[in-house]
Amino acid sequence: MKRASFSNLWMPVLLLLPQVSIIFVFFYWPAFEALKSSFYLQDPFGFSGTFVGLDNYFTLFQNAEYLRISLFTLVFTVCVTFFSLALGLLFAVKADKVIRGASTYKTLLMWVYAVAPPVAGILGVSLFYQGHGLITQLFAFFGHEFVIGVNYYDTGFALIAVSIWKQVPINFIFFLSGLQSVPRSIREAAMIDNRSSSRRFWTITFPLLAPTAFFLLITNITYAMFDTFGVIDVMLRSEPGNNPMTLTYKVYVDGFRGGDLGGSSAQSVILMILVLALTIFQFRLIERRIHYT
Amino acid sequence: MAVTDTFSTSPPSPAVTTKKRFRLKRETVVDHAILILGALFMLFPVVLTLMTSSYDNLAFARSGLQFGWSDQFLENYERAMFETSGFTGQIDGLSMLKNSLILGFGFAIGKIAISMLAAYAIVYFRFRFATLSFWIIFTTLLLPLEVRILPSYEVVQGLGMGNTYGGLIIPLIASATGTFFFRQFFRSVPEELVEAARIDGAGPVKFFIDILVPLSKTMIAALFIIMFVYGWNQYLWPTLITTDEGMFTLVRGIKNIIQSFTDSSSVPEFTVGFALTMITMLPPVLIVIFFQSWFVKGLTESDK
Repeated sequence: MKRASFSNLWMPVLLLLPQVSIIFVFFYWPAFEALKSSFYLQDPFGFSGTFVGLDNYFTLFQNAEYLRISLFTLVFTVCVTFFSLALGLLFAVKADKVIRGASTYKTLLMWVYAVAPPVAGILGVSLFYQGHGLITQLFAFFGHEFVIGVNYYDTGFALIAVSIWKQVPINFIFFLSGLQSVPRSIREAAMIDNRSSSRRFWTITFPLLAPTAFFLLITNITYAMFDTFGVIDVMLRSEPGNNPMTLTYKVYVDGFRGGDLGGSSAQSVILMILVLALTIFQFRLIERRIHYT
Repeated sequence: MAVTDTFSTSPPSPAVTTKKRFRLKRETVVDHAILILGALFMLFPVVLTLMTSSYDNLAFARSGLQFGWSDQFLENYERAMFETSGFTGQIDGLSMLKNSLILGFGFAIGKIAISMLAAYAIVYFRFRFATLSFWIIFTTLLLPLEVRILPSYEVVQGLGMGNTYGGLIIPLIASATGTFFFRQFFRSVPEELVEAARIDGAGPVKFFIDILVPLSKTMIAALFIIMFVYGWNQYLWPTLITTDEGMFTLVRGIKNIIQSFTDSSSVPEFTVGFALTMITMLPPVLIVIFFQSWFVKGLTESDK
């Protein structure tokens, strides 16, 4: 830990002022408002509210649709996280191994990082387009009529596929940089000890990658829950209906479309608690990493 | 032990070495095959959309994405850039491009300036409430804008900042990612530098401008790229806060493209929409490709 070097009364205050004031107005105030309005029942015109305690929360947990969306969010998050991590790791291991064309592969596998989620969504729409989208035709070939936006499972599949595509590059980048920081000496020692490259990977390399993998696990869960908003909004064409959606999208639908301020705020608070738990978990991990590396 | 085993075995016979070499070669081929498939998996949707954007609308309406190249390319891109559309008829690709640039640059520059100052205060100053301000700032890492979207919208509207660049950019800056990034970096700067600067009589302002900023150049560049891409790609917040079409960014315009697809009165403007999609995607992708090493460094060293 670095010792503080300057002691000046007004200087640090002045330096912190822009950041802290922005945070208070645009972070703490809205977060507090969310918490507050989750305990109120707003009239449809937003003029007055009645204090209803935890009613908004109870209503949510008894709402079959909310529970169904929670379940979908869980499946969605698990699928997106697992497959994008697995693909990212696979490509990183191979890109780390090959000698020829390594930098070309690297570029080709990471540029999608810069593609905005709604742009990914529009690419998805064109691939899954009803009737003659390329993937739609592929499904038709196997005898399944793929109808995005109508069939619940088809839509869910398309959302998951596009979200995975968008997330592979970031996992690839982090895994590759993790692999490249494994010391030569360890690799060479492992080479001498063990001929089987897959055993070498699972017993030596993979444990060394564990901190990266944990960090990415949290990043991916956060991505799947929040950053996929653009993918979902575009692929559902802003017409949620009975389609699968994530909890974050539901907050938006209820708050901005349904005008259910209390319910939407209660959902926000539930998400806040979820993220809070995730982040505390992550912070503890980072602290551990700082100690040991 | 395995090491002694390797040394104690007699030299492998020629037959074994050829077999091994063959196996190694096959493994390399498999590796390349996987990487090529991966690269194609990433490229495929974009290349198809790019190719389709050179066709006319009917081609997509009739048979979906196209393999090949047609003669409508320039016309589609020209229309995407310059043809006005929307309810007010004031919105074209060019004005959205301008707004996207303002958002990207404004966000990146604002974020870097504000977070660098805050990180400087936290790392280099001893003052009361230092720990408190640290926690006030870093708590923002906990909650992404998406989970407090509705109240944020109401606060910004209440301040009369709807449909302004300030309302678009500043709430996005209200998170500590940049501050965290610079804090980590400043802490890795050798302490001797501050000592030396103080002995030479440099005050905090001089130290910051003459020593710390030049030292942080690479870090600033790396963070700039990440933040520009992040700002450019914002969707949910601009969708809510800009209702005036003159304020739309390119990414915000995607929503209009998709809505025009469902327009059933005539053949929707598919390929012009795809052209606009390509235009939306191009700047951040080029930046990430060209400044790859900075970008990867910034990303992996911050552990955002």
